[in-house]
Amino acid sequence: MMQTKKIQEQIAFTVFRLLGFLVLGVLLWILGFIVYNGISVISWEFIFSAPTDGMTGGGIFPAIVGTFYLIIGSTLFAFPLGIMSAIYTVEYTKNNWLTKCIRIMTNNLASIPSIVFGLFGMTLFVNTLGFGDSIIAGSLTLGLLILPVVIRTTEEALKAVPKTYRLGSTALGANKIQTIKRVVLPTAFPNIITGLILSIGRVSGETAPILFTVAAYFLPKLPHSIFDQVMALPYHLYVLATSGTDIEAARPIAYGTALVLIFIVLLMNSLAVIIKKRFEKNK
Amino acid sequence: MIETKNVNFYYGSFHAIKNVNMKMKSNSAIALIGPSGCGKSTFLRLFNRMNDEIPGAKLEGECWINGKDIYTKHTQVDMLRKNVGMVFQKPNPFPKSIFENVAYGLKVNGIKDRAFITKKVEESLTAAALWDEVKYKLNKSAFELSGGQQQRLCIARALAVSPSILLMDEPASALDPISTAKIEELIHVLKQQYTIVIVTHNMQQAARVSDKTAFFMYGELVEYSDTKKMFLAPEKEETQNYITGRFG
Amino acid sequence: MKRLIDTLIEQLIKMSGAVTEITVLLIIVFLFKEGAGLFNASEVEKGYTVLVHSENTVERLSPKELKEVFDGNIENWEKLGGKDEAIRIFRFDEIFSIYTEDELGKDYVLLPEKLEEVISADPTIIAYIPQKYLPTNLQGIKELAKMNISLTDFYIGKEWIPTATPAPLFGILPLLLGTLLVSFIAILIAIPLGVGVAIYLAEIANERVRKLLKPAIELLAGIPSVVYGFFGLVVIAPIIQKIGGLDLGETAFAGSLVLAIMALPTIISIAEDAMRTIPKAMRDASLALGATKWQTIYKVIIPFASSGIAAAVVLGIGRAIGETMAVLMVTGNAAVIPNSIFESVRTIPATIAAELGEAPGGGAHYQALFMLGCVLFIITLIISIVAEVISSRKIIKE
Ligand SMILES: Nc1ncnc2c1ncn2[C@@H]1O[C@H](COP(=O)(O)OP(=O)(O)O)[C@@H](O)[C@H]1O
Ligand SMILES: [Mg+2]
Repeated sequence: MMQTKKIQEQIAFTVFRLLGFLVLGVLLWILGFIVYNGISVISWEFIFSAPTDGMTGGGIFPAIVGTFYLIIGSTLFAFPLGIMSAIYTVEYTKNNWLTKCIRIMTNNLASIPSIVFGLFGMTLFVNTLGFGDSIIAGSLTLGLLILPVVIRTTEEALKAVPKTYRLGSTALGANKIQTIKRVVLPTAFPNIITGLILSIGRVSGETAPILFTVAAYFLPKLPHSIFDQVMALPYHLYVLATSGTDIEAARPIAYGTALVLIFIVLLMNSLAVIIKKRFEKNK
Repeated sequence: MIETKNVNFYYGSFHAIKNVNMKMKSNSAIALIGPSGCGKSTFLRLFNRMNDEIPGAKLEGECWINGKDIYTKHTQVDMLRKNVGMVFQKPNPFPKSIFENVAYGLKVNGIKDRAFITKKVEESLTAAALWDEVKYKLNKSAFELSGGQQQRLCIARALAVSPSILLMDEPASALDPISTAKIEELIHVLKQQYTIVIVTHNMQQAARVSDKTAFFMYGELVEYSDTKKMFLAPEKEETQNYITGRFG
Repeated sequence: MKRLIDTLIEQLIKMSGAVTEITVLLIIVFLFKEGAGLFNASEVEKGYTVLVHSENTVERLSPKELKEVFDGNIENWEKLGGKDEAIRIFRFDEIFSIYTEDELGKDYVLLPEKLEEVISADPTIIAYIPQKYLPTNLQGIKELAKMNISLTDFYIGKEWIPTATPAPLFGILPLLLGTLLVSFIAILIAIPLGVGVAIYLAEIANERVRKLLKPAIELLAGIPSVVYGFFGLVVIAPIIQKIGGLDLGETAFAGSLVLAIMALPTIISIAEDAMRTIPKAMRDASLALGATKWQTIYKVIIPFASSGIAAAVVLGIGRAIGETMAVLMVTGNAAVIPNSIFESVRTIPATIAAELGEAPGGGAHYQALFMLGCVLFIITLIISIVAEVISSRKIIKE
């Protein structure tokens, strides 16, 4: 009797342990596969030159630059807006129907598939506002996509600031906005930064929202204004993998592109983790 | 009969129990008192080996229950825990019905006979003085009960597996005075059948419910004697100070 | 001056509180505005019309019937409610093989007349011509009544052939079923794995392993979907092809596998968090009754964490249904109702991504793709509400 439950436990634990290693194994396999195949392609030339020979040669510089612009554009839009929105819900409104409504809407916004953002960006920014396929249209679309991430992480960061800090500041005669500027934001800063960095990772990897708002199939020259189209790393990888002129010949470059993409995203994510750890320790 | 022989206990490098020798008679109530952090809970958890769950913890010395060393390689920990029930500081019923809470211990110990389980549940709830209050709502969630009722449910849950020893770690500290009185009354009844080891920070409670009292300080057993003697004429000065409230 | 800036900032903050509502509203307005146009669109491709002989008793044909006729699957008018006569299909370019350039006149001014001649001469004819060459004189000719694309055509249509002429088919069923099939299988794979690993991390692994594994898995949640898609394309699809002995590895199953892998980090992380919130006292109580760790896990911890686990699963489903790029790259994209998971399918998001670039702006196809966007939006909206309800339904009141 007693034996059976012990044996059950042994079996169950073995299974779970195997599951754990299986999943980790699969994830490492993906990572390893990309790194293994991509590392030999990476060189200064690959990073800093434009594609040649129908995208079967050369590098990916325009795509890197494009992704960089999109990161800048979308964060310039989403960060101030998202942070202010979070300040509003945490610091200004009481727990009423309005905050509830905002929270539900934020959650919904977060759950909308990225391709729907793409559709929306296309009608609003590209067509209705007449931006055309452009950095600004793509940035605004991506900005909306990360808005909920920014709002949520900022909210959590603000909520983590102890009430006494605010009281202390108000007691010294500071008004609300001064308290927020001088006391609340500086305290919440590391956590806010973490969220922001995570959303940068997200922006650099998204493909669907930029398909119809900015991404160029092949554009070896760099953009001159925010109304130009650009190439972008994730879309470039998609093109190389599925619809280049010679898919087989483009394969090595696809691996290289995937590796650069993963590198950027994982760099951002690890940075976020490290910053968080750093500040947690200092507390 | 519970006996510890030269027991030392460590959390990593922290020496939590220092060379304790103690004997506890069956069918009696023993109170463990002492300032917070002196190792009462740690000492209590030795007897159902709940300390095993803490990483980095280490035991030296021997613990005997009813003539058996409970820390041998062959000890079946689950059987030991069936025999040594435990009631915790805060009521901690499972997110299940009242019935399922009491039946839980039976089921995890491999008992499948419905009729037996039903009988045992009623007996245990009766023994815990809760049956009359819950007999018409056995299928309701345990969380619908009041705090005091939940704690008696936890006692019933412990009794259901027919233990001979009941460990109670400040079982009334989270309850209101009326519920506390009910629990104390219950302990009075239960100690005829069970050996009860109860940790409490409440001097009056120790005086009211226990036959013998042990006073701990900094992990050491300072004094151990009949409760009456302990509270009327303690031998050690530390004990005197603690009991009269000049310490801790 | 400083006062002024502070007040300004304060006003800005108050306004930006509304930004998410406005965005969601805008999304709804724009998506549905474009999408709803579909149901005002004529079923025959814009700028074209379908003509028959005036004695023909058939007054209208559904898009489906038109397609069958022009595909040559329906060959007799009787099947369409007309007389028992073989159908003669007349495509517009045939006019150029009947008449010479000269006969059609300069800038084809005489073309409508000639069309009229041809059509009125044959009572069994059905002709598909550009609207601008519609004969002015409709003697002996009848234009088939123009119907708008109906809701039923869209929602229960079994075929998605947006480029069919003369009447494209916008039946969403194959796409919807494809989406559900791929997501469903993915979740079926991901739940046991994800919850299993969550259990391992939360309850079984020692602290050192956990401290290493959890951030690693969370890090992998950030890998872009296009990279997963690429991996699926070059590794998983070929493996499936080889093992299954299939012609093509790009199947629903490949999509499900990739989606499952992508959903794992999310599910693991949320489910693990849910299990970690269980009070230690609950665990101790179970162990103290002689339960093994495993009994404690499946009898106490999993039930206790069930709402958190359920929320993780629902969120995983939501993400799977909306995932675009990875699925687009590995499912083969055949827009037919799938019979097995080893066939190629096309999901709703993949359809939008693949076709929007080619659909002329404002046309029925373009509108149909936006309608797909609306459907997707509503599905994920419902899912996110469900997840919200589940996770707010706490079992325990502290
Ligand atoms: N899991 C643990 N890990 C490390 N130290 C612990 C642990 N539990 C208790 N301790 C330490 O052991 C000492 C005794 O604790 P405990 O037995 O809970 O005291 P009491 O119940 O008398 O208040 C305390 O100093 C406490 O900090
Ligand atoms: Mg204690």
